[in-house]
Amino acid sequence: MFGKLSLSAIPFDSLITMSAVVGAGVMGLVILGLITYYRKWAYLYTEWLTSLDHKKIGIMYIILALVMLLRGFSDAILMRSQQAIAVGGAMGFLSADHFNQIFSAHGTIMIIFMAMPFMVGLMNIVVPQQIGARDVAFPFLNSLSLWLTTAAAVLIMVSLGYGEFSKAGWSGYAPLTEQEFSPGVGVDYWIWGLQIAGVGTTLTGINFLVTILKMRAPGMKLMQMPLFVWTTFFTMVLVVWAFPVLTVDLALLTLDRYLGMHFFTTTLGGNQMLYTNLFWTWGHPEVYILILPAFGIFSEVVATFSKKRLFGYTTMVYATAVITVLSFSVWLHHFFTMGASPYVNLFFGIATMLIAIPTGVKIFNWLFTMYRGRITLASPMYWTLAFIVTFAIGGSSGVMMSIPPADFVLHNSLFLIAHFHNVLIPGALFGLFAGFYYWFPKAVGFSLREDWGKRAFWCWLIGFYLAFAPLYVLGFMGMPRRLVHYVNLSWHPWLIVAALGAAVIALGILAQGIQLFLSIKERKALTDSTGDPWDGRTLEWMTSSPPPEYNFAKVPVVQDIDAFMDMKERGVAYQRPDHYNDIEMPKNAVHGLIIGGLSFVFGFAMIWYLWWLAILAGLGMLFTVIARSMDDDTHYIIPAAEVVRIENERYRQLESIANRRPTGERTVPEPVPEM
Amino acid sequence: MNKNKYLFLAGLSALCAVTVLGGCSSVVLFDPKGPVGESERFVILAALGLMLIVLIPVFIMAVWFPLVYRASNTKATYMPKWSHSTIIDVFMWGVPLAIVAVLAVLAWTRTHSLDPYKPIPSAHKPINIEVVSMDWKWLFIYPDENIATVNEITFPVNVPVSFKLTSETVMASFFIPQLGSQIYAMSGCQTRLHLMADEPGTYMGHNQQLTGRGFADMHFKAHAVSREEFQSWVQKIRQSPEKLDMHRYAKLAEPNDGYFPVTYFASVTPNLFEHIRRRFHPHVGMDHGHMSKGPVSTHEGTAVSEEN
Amino acid sequence: MMTTNALTMDISQNEAVEHHDTVSIQTLGFWLYLMSDLILFATLFAVFAVLRSGYAGGPTGKELFDVPYVLAETLLLLFSSVTYGLVMVAVHDDNRKWVQIGLVVTFLLGLGFVCMEIKEFHHMIAEGHGPDRSAFLSSFFALVGTHGTHVIFGMIWMAVMIGQVAVKGLTSPVQSRLMRLSMFWHFLDIIWIGIFSVVYLMGVL
Repeated sequence: MFGKLSLSAIPFDSLITMSAVVGAGVMGLVILGLITYYRKWAYLYTEWLTSLDHKKIGIMYIILALVMLLRGFSDAILMRSQQAIAVGGAMGFLSADHFNQIFSAHGTIMIIFMAMPFMVGLMNIVVPQQIGARDVAFPFLNSLSLWLTTAAAVLIMVSLGYGEFSKAGWSGYAPLTEQEFSPGVGVDYWIWGLQIAGVGTTLTGINFLVTILKMRAPGMKLMQMPLFVWTTFFTMVLVVWAFPVLTVDLALLTLDRYLGMHFFTTTLGGNQMLYTNLFWTWGHPEVYILILPAFGIFSEVVATFSKKRLFGYTTMVYATAVITVLSFSVWLHHFFTMGASPYVNLFFGIATMLIAIPTGVKIFNWLFTMYRGRITLASPMYWTLAFIVTFAIGGSSGVMMSIPPADFVLHNSLFLIAHFHNVLIPGALFGLFAGFYYWFPKAVGFSLREDWGKRAFWCWLIGFYLAFAPLYVLGFMGMPRRLVHYVNLSWHPWLIVAALGAAVIALGILAQGIQLFLSIKERKALTDSTGDPWDGRTLEWMTSSPPPEYNFAKVPVVQDIDAFMDMKERGVAYQRPDHYNDIEMPKNAVHGLIIGGLSFVFGFAMIWYLWWLAILAGLGMLFTVIARSMDDDTHYIIPAAEVVRIENERYRQLESIANRRPTGERTVPEPVPEM
Repeated sequence: MNKNKYLFLAGLSALCAVTVLGGCSSVVLFDPKGPVGESERFVILAALGLMLIVLIPVFIMAVWFPLVYRASNTKATYMPKWSHSTIIDVFMWGVPLAIVAVLAVLAWTRTHSLDPYKPIPSAHKPINIEVVSMDWKWLFIYPDENIATVNEITFPVNVPVSFKLTSETVMASFFIPQLGSQIYAMSGCQTRLHLMADEPGTYMGHNQQLTGRGFADMHFKAHAVSREEFQSWVQKIRQSPEKLDMHRYAKLAEPNDGYFPVTYFASVTPNLFEHIRRRFHPHVGMDHGHMSKGPVSTHEGTAVSEEN
Repeated sequence: MMTTNALTMDISQNEAVEHHDTVSIQTLGFWLYLMSDLILFATLFAVFAVLRSGYAGGPTGKELFDVPYVLAETLLLLFSSVTYGLVMVAVHDDNRKWVQIGLVVTFLLGLGFVCMEIKEFHHMIAEGHGPDRSAFLSSFFALVGTHGTHVIFGMIWMAVMIGQVAVKGLTSPVQSRLMRLSMFWHFLDIIWIGIFSVVYLMGVL
């Protein structure tokens, strides 16, 4: 009846864990209390939790990502502190069991529950607007994806206070993750967290592919799509191709663990390297799933703030396509040291080098976009420039490791850790931040304060180099990753510097918190009433900030790359149509929330062997899906009169700005008469 | 090779700061004590030198362009529609392609010459060591001397050491940074590694792959000594009261907490290594491991000829 | 009113463009789903290919598989694809009664297939040749069982559709769902052909 449930699964003996749990619990109670006090439950439910509006779903994704960033970063601080202390005979303040959970959680959270939701959040806010659409192709699936991802994230958070998390690293190599070597619930938390989030991601992939292929504004040819739409497209191709492999890999591990099968076991014919191969068949494309969207963001940012068309648009698209295809032919470089023959290693090594070519080409394209431009250094541009320099270094260290004999000494060392953080932090996180600062006014209607933004930037950048440059050195000093303590005294000074770096990054995050807080407080003064604060080039800047639910009262007709800039230049950007039509929009739906909740119950039940509950939750999900599929009445109509009212308001606002500004300062909206 | 020398120098100067800061001796990958490690240092530095060809222009442009073309500098040329240049395209694709071509040649030659399965050419007969990774310690069996040790190996300097590796439990990675390549040790499989020290000394070795709770304590010392010292070391081991029979092995295989103290065994049950390896797949014939076709299986075939 | 230029005229003339074609969007989405499902099966096939000789002293395919029995299973599934084809013909003719009859027949054929598979599995497990016996059997049960699970979900979907056709009639959304179910059902057929040849036929050769 109660499966493996037991009170002793609560880690009462670990002070750090318990204070984190209590802290999170108190925070949660305070938030719930405030919502109740201000009577916001109904608002929250109708405007957010059940909303199918892609912009709101996007914002909720990003909130989830920011919360998980704090969790993942706390893990990083703990690891850096432990390694700064536990030298020689000292054991530090973390046991090996605890330390192993921390780095496993850090990797899993940062990749699956921070970077991915952040990226999907930005895509949700931006992509439909950039292609001139009113929503994604499947608004309900979109909500479902959000709640599956959230359910999985909650599951991971629950592992902190009840049971344990995996101790086998975020990649969960078999046979270490087999029942024989990891008998606890930790690996199961990890498996079900990844599986539930993975289903959500696969659905997102299908959703955005169809959105981009089918929902583009009239006239927008494929080769006129903004670069961010292109990189989203290729990212989603990777998602749809790669995630099923992870699903199978984890499912087989689950069968091994739950039903005693022998896919990756050491005995009875199991093949442990099969797990590793399948994992990286997903895992390497996953790296590009994280990085490609950021490439798109940088392309948008660098063109906008250089006031210039992106250099080599076509090259960029083809380079992205080449990366997409090649990313499936490099997975073995994650384990050159397995003892494969030189020819096998060489195939994957050279494929890895080849993938650096289109990546390098992209870097030069961004640089030449700035060449002969008019560059404004707003904070999105700061992150972009930092990215170009830092990512070039990280990419180079990757090329070094693509040579098998170099990898023979660098594999699994801190050099590797330095390398992939040096690729993923600038290549994914800086891009996400650039996008966050760039599109923030669009999403919520006011800008973020630049002063604290730049302070945050410098802390992040300096902290990054302080934290990860020493890891390159430590790699050359032969230090392996994931050591809870070590005897080599010469490593110690470098680890202290790295810990300092983590502290400086913490200041950066603090500055971002202050920035967010102050900007929300001063949101009236920071309001963006133009809808186009950066003199943007693509269609999302055509709408108001925040956009109306339907985005475009009249779907725009596209004639060129940088469609909005083209319209501004032709003087038609703010022309009003002669009439408006009724607009059909998706109704709110609670089913996504319900299925998400049930998937959490299902995951929890599976982890704790509560079979009856798992069956109930599974049936519940099935019936919710069927109930939703029965519903043919999923849309409602915004009457034309309402559209006219909203649009009149918007144009009145634009007019008042136009009157306040001296003419010619920017593309001024033409004063328009009332309708 | 002349070209490679220049690359080497470029890379070397770039890493000067690193090496000076760290002190030569503690930056072990740049202070190799054997031919494998030396060759791998060369590969790293050559690759670094090649990467600088791209990195330096990127750094310059990333600083120069935002400075010159800042919005406040209205004197600078402004070409808002300029977005294509065939010449730039040719360089942009051509230079990285050329670099990758050179790297690929480098990788081709070195991946073959540094294949861990390939014996190191030498006038001396190699020392055979069988390595078993355990939870959480290393067992070393010297089949020719019929002795075994835990967490310590000794071998003569300038004599190739031929390792055979397997695992009693999960996958581990055997690595002596100053001598060069690491290789995985997997249960039921046998991997190979050939190393040689060309300078006497004590080198740290450790496990490079997470194996669970006691992973951090899986380090050992590797002593490279003269041939005479090696012989006396072997004699010393033979004086040990401990013998490694199946019973003792089972006890040894139990997981331990903390660093497992160095232990010597005066004798070893015959074919212990084979027994450990085949325990996991008792139904499979001897030739099961010889699959070198796909990435899923390790290759066993390339270096069998030198086995003695 | 403001002056309308050629561009806005263009928009108002192309009013239809604003209403994206729901059916074609859903069809494309479903194709993409099937593609990801195909990769899922491809991975399982790859796993089977790697582990197919991992008998670990247990039985081999030759000893286990009863090809005539599996051929009967195959024929049931193939025939159910034919009957589903007839369902789509009836949908095209707007013949509600025959759509329902066709769906019921297809469902029963699918049920027959699933029952035969369960019997085969049950027999193997009862003999001690369950999925925990060897890597080969693990990969066999995973691949064939995943297909069987898909068939069961297809049948649940079919049952729902029988209800929808009865309650709602052949409305445009119902037709679109029947079409996607048809894609799903034929897809499972194709996968089964792969399983039949790779697992069973090559297993006994």
